[in-house]
Amino acid sequence: MRLEPRDHPPLWLSIGAPIAAALLALVLSAIPLTWAGAAVGEAYRLIFEGAAGSLFALTETLARVTPLILTGLAAAVAFRAKLWNIGAEGQLYMGALAAVALGAGALNLPGIVLAPLILLAGALAGAMMMLGPTWLKLRLGVDEVVTTLLLNFIVLLFVQMMLEGPMQDPMSMGWPQSAPVLDQAALPKLVEKTRLHAGLLIALAAVGLVWLMENRTIFGFEARAVGANAAAARFAGMSVPSVMLRVGLISGALAGLAGVCEVAGLKGYVTQDLSPGYGYGGIVVAMLARLNPLGVVPAAIFVAGVFVGADSMSRAIGVSSYIADLIVATSLLVMLLASLVVQFHIRFRAG
Amino acid sequence: MSAHAPPGSTPAAAPEVLRLTGITKRFGDLVANEEIGLSLRRGEIVALLGENGAGKTTLMNILFGHYVADSGDIQVAAHAGQTGKPSTLRALPPGSPQAALEAGIGMVHQHFTLADNMTALDNIVLGTQPLWRPWQARAAARRKLDALMRRSGLTVDLDARVVALTVGERQRVEILKALFRDARILILDEPTAVLTPQEVDGLFEVLRALAAEGLAVVFISHKLNEVLAVSERVVVLRQGRKVAEMPTAGANRRSLAEAMVGRELPENQRPPHNPGAPVVRLEGIEAPGELGRAGLHNASLTLHSGEIVGIAGVSGNGQAALSALLSGLARPTAGHLFLLGEEISHPSVRGFVDAGVGRIPEDRHRDGVVDDMEVWENLIIEDLRDPDLQSAGFIRKDKVMARADALIAENDIRCPGPETRTRLLSGGNMQKLILARVLERHPRFILANQPTRGLDIGAVTYVHGRLLQACAEGAGILLISEDLDELLTLSDRVAVLYRGQLSQAMATAELDIRGLGLMMAGHSAAEQDAGGPHAS
Amino acid sequence: MAEILDILISASFWAAALRIATPLIFGVLGELICERAGVLNLGIEGIFTAGAMSGWMAVYLGADLWTGLLIAALVGAAFGLLHGSLTVPLGLSQHVTGIGITLLATSLAYFTYRMTLPDVTSPPRIEPFQPVDLGFLSELPFLGPALFQHTPLTYLALALVAVTAYVFYRTPLGLALRTVGENPAAVEAQGISVYGLRIGAVMAGSALMAMGGAFLTMSAFNAFFFEMVNGRGWICIALVVFASWRPGKALLGAILFGAFDAFQLRLQQEIAVDIPYQIFLMMPYVLSILALVVMSRRAAYPKALMIPYRKGER
Repeated sequence: MRLEPRDHPPLWLSIGAPIAAALLALVLSAIPLTWAGAAVGEAYRLIFEGAAGSLFALTETLARVTPLILTGLAAAVAFRAKLWNIGAEGQLYMGALAAVALGAGALNLPGIVLAPLILLAGALAGAMMMLGPTWLKLRLGVDEVVTTLLLNFIVLLFVQMMLEGPMQDPMSMGWPQSAPVLDQAALPKLVEKTRLHAGLLIALAAVGLVWLMENRTIFGFEARAVGANAAAARFAGMSVPSVMLRVGLISGALAGLAGVCEVAGLKGYVTQDLSPGYGYGGIVVAMLARLNPLGVVPAAIFVAGVFVGADSMSRAIGVSSYIADLIVATSLLVMLLASLVVQFHIRFRAG
Repeated sequence: MSAHAPPGSTPAAAPEVLRLTGITKRFGDLVANEEIGLSLRRGEIVALLGENGAGKTTLMNILFGHYVADSGDIQVAAHAGQTGKPSTLRALPPGSPQAALEAGIGMVHQHFTLADNMTALDNIVLGTQPLWRPWQARAAARRKLDALMRRSGLTVDLDARVVALTVGERQRVEILKALFRDARILILDEPTAVLTPQEVDGLFEVLRALAAEGLAVVFISHKLNEVLAVSERVVVLRQGRKVAEMPTAGANRRSLAEAMVGRELPENQRPPHNPGAPVVRLEGIEAPGELGRAGLHNASLTLHSGEIVGIAGVSGNGQAALSALLSGLARPTAGHLFLLGEEISHPSVRGFVDAGVGRIPEDRHRDGVVDDMEVWENLIIEDLRDPDLQSAGFIRKDKVMARADALIAENDIRCPGPETRTRLLSGGNMQKLILARVLERHPRFILANQPTRGLDIGAVTYVHGRLLQACAEGAGILLISEDLDELLTLSDRVAVLYRGQLSQAMATAELDIRGLGLMMAGHSAAEQDAGGPHAS
Repeated sequence: MAEILDILISASFWAAALRIATPLIFGVLGELICERAGVLNLGIEGIFTAGAMSGWMAVYLGADLWTGLLIAALVGAAFGLLHGSLTVPLGLSQHVTGIGITLLATSLAYFTYRMTLPDVTSPPRIEPFQPVDLGFLSELPFLGPALFQHTPLTYLALALVAVTAYVFYRTPLGLALRTVGENPAAVEAQGISVYGLRIGAVMAGSALMAMGGAFLTMSAFNAFFFEMVNGRGWICIALVVFASWRPGKALLGAILFGAFDAFQLRLQQEIAVDIPYQIFLMMPYVLSILALVVMSRRAAYPKALMIPYRKGER
């Protein structure tokens, strides 16, 4: 088998490959579903209904799309520059914690000031989480995958410590949770009586900005060059460390924003189970999107839909909702294969 | 053909050990080999001559099983061939290096296939013992190698890690690898590219001795002199086809060159040496080397406007440090660096580029271009801060594309358009892209590091022409090259780098290739004047 | 100060250190084999989980302990085959594929566990490996309880370190493995299949990782919990760097790590200072990062680590 690089993959292939990957992941996941004794057609119908079968289902899915877009962007931006930030989960929690640190009563400001302020603080907190790993990578060559992964565990324990200690809500009757964000700083609902909130608009705006940055600015050019060939970027006069550092900070900030949106838009306060793995889900989203910011939106909708749908399917017919994790993980691996088809002509022939 | 064999070579009756028939191989639209046939006898040295891209390496990679031919047969003598008995030829299973090795074929690749962090012995015994055997027979291997080294004269320190060996020693390890496996056919791909002239002579002696013992050798090269010096028969490839085959005794430079190139090439005229003001001056520069390579020690040199100074030397003797220094990538630890009359205390790439320095890197793919980006992007990658091309951090795509289109047209970069992925360009066109980027700003100083490595003759001529033209227009050019012919053709003066020491630059007219070779091996110019050991 | 000394000279402390180190020895060894062959295996965290679940499940469903261990190893090897197939011949990103394997192995383990035992609330226990009686050795004062009263898996882990070191440095296979991680072209030129070697190494390494996971459920906790692996896989990756890719140092690193962890556990119990317990729980992760930082300057990576090899690429 030989792989011959394509010049520009045709558009139908760029769009079709992720869709095919998602469908193939669903087909493959029918195996464990069958094994679990479920009627596959029925299970997928329930998943689809649970994700998009009603206005309520749709808003539930879109509410989950919000953080996944942001963590997906965080991964896409970093991966494009070959900075392997696997720490979005921790950055999300730090963003959330920063939001309640300022927004839950410490500053009693009008909403018009407070809401942007906590968004900024959350982004900053997330960005700071990338400072260490990026610096260690650049200065000492320490693999950022391992440091960002390990930081996830440290952050989770830190959050636990805060929620059982200094940041515990005195009104929580001993539950490890923070005080809620003040009402005026909460993000408004987009559809009344649902959980869909303005965070989605923030996420979509971030998509546009990141796209613009990557495709139209000099910094985006530099980030792409550094990712594709750091030696040539350096030879051309770019400061690889400075570009990497900025990419790392942007990536962390996006993940931090996801945390703020979850708190200020949805949950109100921080708990230890604020994120059901949005950080890791973001990696899948980014890969399904082939690191293209615009592709992050449909990819996030797919992943969120699978999770929301699987939950409701699980309640209906008793198949474990871990099937959602399984579908999403499978789709990541299938997508990697599909990306090969997009990038290369694959010629089968001995030698 | 045997009637032409030089005295002392194999008798005509020597049995055939290898026969290739009708080998054809395509890569996409490119025909790398077309209907090539080749026969090899025991104890014979055959040269496979052709320019870069003629299909020599592809043919040998097919023989060795790295590629599978689209059509054609390979037959190798069964082991009886070694005893001189009439041998039977057997088909070699395609696509299997393992099968090629078992059939007695050994290959020394142009880029050595050695693991640097392991010892010479490790590299040689690798794969010669059953993989699942729970012990290694190292003592026996060492005995066999000692005997081999004595017989062939290929001595190396078997316990030294490859990284500590010189290029010449590494090549010996490669040849020993093949001999250790009792190879009866040895293929050498451009084996002289990295050697000093004296090392080349040594290699030829070894090859003749090995051939006298019955080894059949295929010597791949694009250098006419070497082919004439070592081979008994020459096979010439051009654009994937066999265009000539003749006994070396009946061949001469001109006939071979014609067969190899197949067309008239414009001769580049070198302008008279007419140096102007200094553009670069090094004074007592100390610079560290990277990855165990030599740095620069007390290096001094002055390069003037309108002249080309060549830097000769075996790779790894400080070229990388010199190149990094003059690209703006590295900072000297001591000494003074003057650029256009001004001392540079904090070198930076951007500072150099802005000051009018053009840089052609040694490795196009690694440093020269981002090959996953598009042609237009690589054309402007050094100009991102140019106010014409950007505003407030945003790229002005219309201006950029207009400039890219113009550069592509002016420099004859063959590509479907500015949005082609650079990876898909041929080596020559990639180098044209880099030249376009470098020459567009009319640099006053050009660092050209191996500017023609791996290019075919047409592209080489083009690159040389552009450099000479830039020189005539007043640029000072520092040419770092391993190709002595290139250095002697282009340079006004040549300096030699040996273990980080930069010699005086000497006028090219006063130099001969053997004297340069001695200096590249560490003998000083003074020693030579005192009647150095060379015979020419 | 006296308290600290008390901890360090107690046999039970060293026994705990070795117990904590055992799964890490399996994991570090497994990752080391993969990386020495040139393939980073970030599937380790998920393979640990899958090994823990499958070994335990086999025993729970009636298999004997050694069969359970074998099943865990086979499950690990299967995930290794998947990782190897995607990253070696196809050359897909080792980072992303590894994360994908971790997500897949983890979710498959959880899903299987949930579907097999849909109604249990507290995790059912199995009869685990028992400490081996090594006769007079186990009776020795101090050394007996510290070193010679462990379960067979601990001794298996120690034996595997020796076996790996022997294979690496004394056999033709080991030479080929070490070389393929340095320069695959050298291996190919000597007629050995790069793909075969690398995929084989990833499978063997992944089998070891799964055995490390199985230790958790079959020797340490006797039951399977969600999230029980808790970053041990990632810690192993840091320890491989700490060990400079050498089996002997890997053993040393794992035991040092086990000792630190055992120490902080004791300290947590014995020192009644007002430090939140989470600080202690963070220590293993912080230590791992520190190990990476300390060793980074001296790290001599296998040169071809994470670089895919494409046969016949022009």
